Amino acid sequence: MKRIIAKQELCMGCGLCEVYCTVQHSKSKDIIKAYNSECPKPISRVRLEVNKPISFAIQCRHCEDAPCVTACLSGAMQKDEKTGLVTHNPDKCMGCWTCIMVCPYGAIKMDQQGKVVAKCDLCQGLEEPACVANCPNQALVFKEVKL
Amino acid sequence: MAKYVIVGASAAGIGAVEAIREVDPVGAITVISEEPCPQYSRPMISDFVSGKADFNKMKCRTDEFWKENNVEALTGKKATALNLTEKTVQLEGGEKVAYEKLLLATGGKPFVPKMEGSDKDGVFTFTTFKDAERLAAKIDSINAKAAVVIGAGLIGISVTEALLKRGLKVTMVELQDKILSLLLDAKASDLVEAVVRKAGVNIVTGQSVQKILGKPGNEGVVDGVILTKGDQVPCDLVIVAIGVVPRTELVTGTAVKINRGIVVDNMMQTNVPDVYASGDVTEAYDFIMNQNRLLPLWPLAVLEGQVAGYNMAGKKTTYMGGTNMSSLKYFGTPIVSIGLANPKEDPALEVLVKHDAERNVYKKLVLKNNVIVGLTLVNCIERAGVSFYLMKNAINVKKFKQKLLSDDFGLATLPVSLQRKMCVVQ
Repeated sequence: MKRIIAKQELCMGCGLCEVYCTVQHSKSKDIIKAYNSECPKPISRVRLEVNKPISFAIQCRHCEDAPCVTACLSGAMQKDEKTGLVTHNPDKCMGCWTCIMVCPYGAIKMDQQGKVVAKCDLCQGLEEPACVANCPNQALVFKEVKL
Repeated sequence: MAKYVIVGASAAGIGAVEAIREVDPVGAITVISEEPCPQYSRPMISDFVSGKADFNKMKCRTDEFWKENNVEALTGKKATALNLTEKTVQLEGGEKVAYEKLLLATGGKPFVPKMEGSDKDGVFTFTTFKDAERLAAKIDSINAKAAVVIGAGLIGISVTEALLKRGLKVTMVELQDKILSLLLDAKASDLVEAVVRKAGVNIVTGQSVQKILGKPGNEGVVDGVILTKGDQVPCDLVIVAIGVVPRTELVTGTAVKINRGIVVDNMMQTNVPDVYASGDVTEAYDFIMNQNRLLPLWPLAVLEGQVAGYNMAGKKTTYMGGTNMSSLKYFGTPIVSIGLANPKEDPALEVLVKHDAERNVYKKLVLKNNVIVGLTLVNCIERAGVSFYLMKNAINVKKFKQKLLSDDFGLATLPVSLQRKMCVVQ
């Protein structure tokens, strides 16, 4: 399946991936409203990892054998056999953090209220995920990757 | 005759069904479950009591799970006897179910220590949905005002929070000196204890309940408890939340080997051919302790069930093991604890600790030969999984040891070779 992969040598650490992800996952899809007035506050599902001079962005890998799906206590985290996506249903999520405990990538976050988790959904409906489309230095690519 | 028979329909049973169906789409599967209700998440029963989740939300698989997986589900039926020669499981009422491959996933039952008055009306255990339903109904029917929770472990703290949310005054009684003593060291425990006390819970440590008292004139109904040292705590409800012990009664007296739980090899097979065991009833492999032992935890039960399922269906699979690992969400204080939390003094172990009192953040790592063997995180858990990966794969952390506890620890901290291997970067 198509996955997002980081080209570490091209990443400038600007963090725009997080900004565009946040906006894409906001209600208003408006950068000013998303950051200033939306409640609950939307969060970025991609995380910029920095260990200077190295930086790169990381988000859910949609693992083939996803430990978060096996570990999920509530059935909120599932593997869609058809699309390969690891999907998360916030209505089923009980916020037990078991997925966070077992994700090797640290790619699952708590939402702003600390009630449920949030993670990358590869921007369903968009041709390319927002972080990839808006990376100014093309340090994120969306392509077929086997894990 | 069913090709596969699974006794128990919780975590391990579900994991096994899914694994079998990955390998064998047609072989007949029969699941025997004492509980009449569909697959639900036992760890969510405290959310039911607090009112945060209804039964619908607690279902961890779809209503059509049995049908979709072509499983004959004998729900609400109890397995009462095993005949290993005949290869049958006997149900209550005498009916027999024959198997080719059998999985024992009977789980655990609450441990209730001997104490006077434990049979009184108002005493509860807290393991199944039925327990939760009965407790919630009782709170309403008697308009309960106060509860004593016996045990300050995972179950104890979850039910304490739920009762508090329902407006009850709660006293938590723990025999050990510290709460959450299997998961936290003294310092982390104190930190969490302060939060729980601040929320209004009365905590008593180093004591247990010696006697449950009945109401004057109505001895059969709970009125309070007497603690080890003689203090009396009035209450309407007592919840025994000490832990679970394996439900081995089905195999007791058969050739299946039992230690504290059912003994299995690394393929989750018992000493009897074609008989497997998984979940809370089993002593499964702990990769930190390097031995098999009881680890009654939901995610591990699913994994063990999967391994058993694959092997039953003919796909040879080895269980890589789990360890004592839990994440907690209670009292607004996220906690992750994996492996050794509170090891005894040992020159072979190196302990790294960081405590940020201002943010109430606590991080602790235990290393052995530069491999992480223990991880405790309080109020800062989002990268827990990265450390767990390093633990599980026994990766030598010597080169980046000083960064493991820093706030920006993450994938970027790891060597590039490992980042590539994990397919993080190209």
